[in-house]
Amino acid sequence: MPTAPAWPAARLHVVTGKGGTGKTTVAAALALAMACDGRRVLLVEVEERQGIAQLFDTPPLPYEERRVAVARGGGEVRALAIDVEAALLEYLEMFYNLKRAARALRKMGAMDFATAIAPGLRDVLLTGKIKEAATRQVKGARAYDAVVVDAPPTGRIARFLSVTEHVSGLAKGGPIKTQSDGVMAVLRSSQTAVHIVTVLEDMPVQETADAIVELRAIGLPIGSIIVNMARQPLLPLGSMTKASRGRVDAGSIAASLTTVGLDGSSLAGPLLLEAAEHAQGWQAQVACRARVDDLDRLTYELPELPGPIDTGSLYELADAFTRAGIR
Amino acid sequence: MTAARAGASPDLDLAGIIADLDTGIIVCCGAGGVGKTTTSAALALAAAEAGRQVVVMTIDPARRLAQSLGLEHLDNTPRDVPAAAAFTASSGGHLQAMMLDMKRTFDEIVEAHSEPARAKQILQNPFYQALSSSFAGTQEYMAMEKLGQLQETGKWDLIVVDTPPSRSALDFLDAPHRMSRFLDGTMIRLLSAPARAGGRAYLKVVGAGLAIFGRIITKILGGQLLKDVSHFVGALDTMFGGFRQRAQATYELLRQPGTAFLVVAVPEPDALREASYFVDRLSNDQMPLAGLILNRVHPSLASKLSAGRAEGAAETLASSKNPDDRLTGALLQVHADRVRTDEHEQKLARRFASAHPDVPVRAIPAAARDVHDLAALRQIAGHLTADPPGRPGTRTRAWRASARPTA
Repeated sequence: MPTAPAWPAARLHVVTGKGGTGKTTVAAALALAMACDGRRVLLVEVEERQGIAQLFDTPPLPYEERRVAVARGGGEVRALAIDVEAALLEYLEMFYNLKRAARALRKMGAMDFATAIAPGLRDVLLTGKIKEAATRQVKGARAYDAVVVDAPPTGRIARFLSVTEHVSGLAKGGPIKTQSDGVMAVLRSSQTAVHIVTVLEDMPVQETADAIVELRAIGLPIGSIIVNMARQPLLPLGSMTKASRGRVDAGSIAASLTTVGLDGSSLAGPLLLEAAEHAQGWQAQVACRARVDDLDRLTYELPELPGPIDTGSLYELADAFTRAGIR
Repeated sequence: MTAARAGASPDLDLAGIIADLDTGIIVCCGAGGVGKTTTSAALALAAAEAGRQVVVMTIDPARRLAQSLGLEHLDNTPRDVPAAAAFTASSGGHLQAMMLDMKRTFDEIVEAHSEPARAKQILQNPFYQALSSSFAGTQEYMAMEKLGQLQETGKWDLIVVDTPPSRSALDFLDAPHRMSRFLDGTMIRLLSAPARAGGRAYLKVVGAGLAIFGRIITKILGGQLLKDVSHFVGALDTMFGGFRQRAQATYELLRQPGTAFLVVAVPEPDALREASYFVDRLSNDQMPLAGLILNRVHPSLASKLSAGRAEGAAETLASSKNPDDRLTGALLQVHADRVRTDEHEQKLARRFASAHPDVPVRAIPAAARDVHDLAALRQIAGHLTADPPGRPGTRTRAWRASARPTA
């Protein structure tokens, strides 16, 4: 594992990954790790699924920045679940002083329409809000030391992050173009790092490789690959090949089982089958890790934790990040 | 393992469903990453082996799975799966597969429903281009449209559909409606009124609120977008009825008893919660739910040996000087780990069963390796269509009775 982050200037960390790889958990753990020693971190959710509230075991988050956790050394993680409609109202008020008119329009269902009529307006509002939080100043100092985004999955991440450009293409005039260009400038700068979460399985690794190509093509800075839920070997590494091919002698295993009072003759077979599956899974994981290494990116690895994920597991994963030098 | 694996749920008889000639459409739904595409492909293969004329429509298959099906390109056309012929030859069945190209499908609708000159105008409209390639829901809408097209040809007696990897499984049902409502909506008609009536009708029908709305849109997005939308809707006018009718017809098709919805989930809280929502929604909409496929479970092969007992024995063996004993200790650790996983998964399955006691469930053991070829796909098909665990040869033919929503 590396000992120092390769993105010293980054304070906007966008976390993506294939569905099912645990990107929300990883984003939360990353935020906790970055909040150590008195720092302030904002964890942002964009898909309106309240995953952060569930992880931190808090009531659903409203559209405001709320403290959800205290990190080691007195730092804090605040969380924000961006509500697109509220963000649109805020935007209209900020730039056009149109809040009251916008409220009336909401009643007519015009908001749905507005976000539908301009595919990408939704993403512009989301990325715009993220940029605002990442660059916000309070009394001459940065409001947050870092902003961590639980972003859309790898399949949609490039579109999500470049959608400002789609809109600028669509809305050739109009002030939204200026706004989008500003967002894009921050996203493309060294202030931003896009991290890709994967598990050591074929499809997620393939999607990681694809996402790197796509993100690179649109000039977005890639931070690291975060391998999540890496399983530990339970058999001696020297026995993996033998076990995976079912070449372990059942007779001697049965004999050993009998010495500890177990029914060796009926148990040896099933146990060896379970061991073969474990070993095959391990070998598949080793092969996937080699493919991740070939991507030649800064890589972090988080262990698979037993049982369901709760707030305690987040601290455990945050510790793993801290040990790897993330701060 | 045996019958207790899926709690109190009845068994899902997939072999019966694919053998039933009344089953014309199978739709696999579920959250992203649960193995919908693989399941769809495996079921299609099993059905073809059972003698059916099958086409499977995949949305976004993993590269190797696509290759194993002989799908090298996304070309929107069903093609033979050559490797499957060896398995289907004896039964007279046949398997074809295709990948959905949503933009192409949308373009084809436009071309089929308008004069060439007008079609060209629409296809070149920037608003149409954005809509057809990136509107949230276009993929779902086009999946449904394509399903309708495949069904109309009558070339296949079974269509297996994989659904798009949406945030929520419900999107597959909602998106087409949302889309046709959008295209057919009052709002878009009012906004596009200037293009159709030269502005006078616009003044008449537009209230103050809408005028403000138009101003806001113009202010934020610039006037060009509004003009593009206007022209698009103007050009599309003749197609509107067609759009709505088609979406409605396909939706109705899905409610027919010849359709079987399969919800796919993995034994994880999020995926099962999603599956629960979907099950409720299907029954609300009176859609024929066949059951739940609980994918990638890890049944212990020696479940009588508890995790605690195995760990105790492993500890004793770990300090032995005999290498066989130490290896046996490691095997017992593997077993203990497996039993804990199994217990956790069964607990989740029981929770689902108690909330949905009537929904049939079939649990599919996790494969140690990813699916790269038809042989691996057949193995999954084998699990899907095997006799119910513990009850060999007692298939229920009455799956449809339990699948039918109670009004």
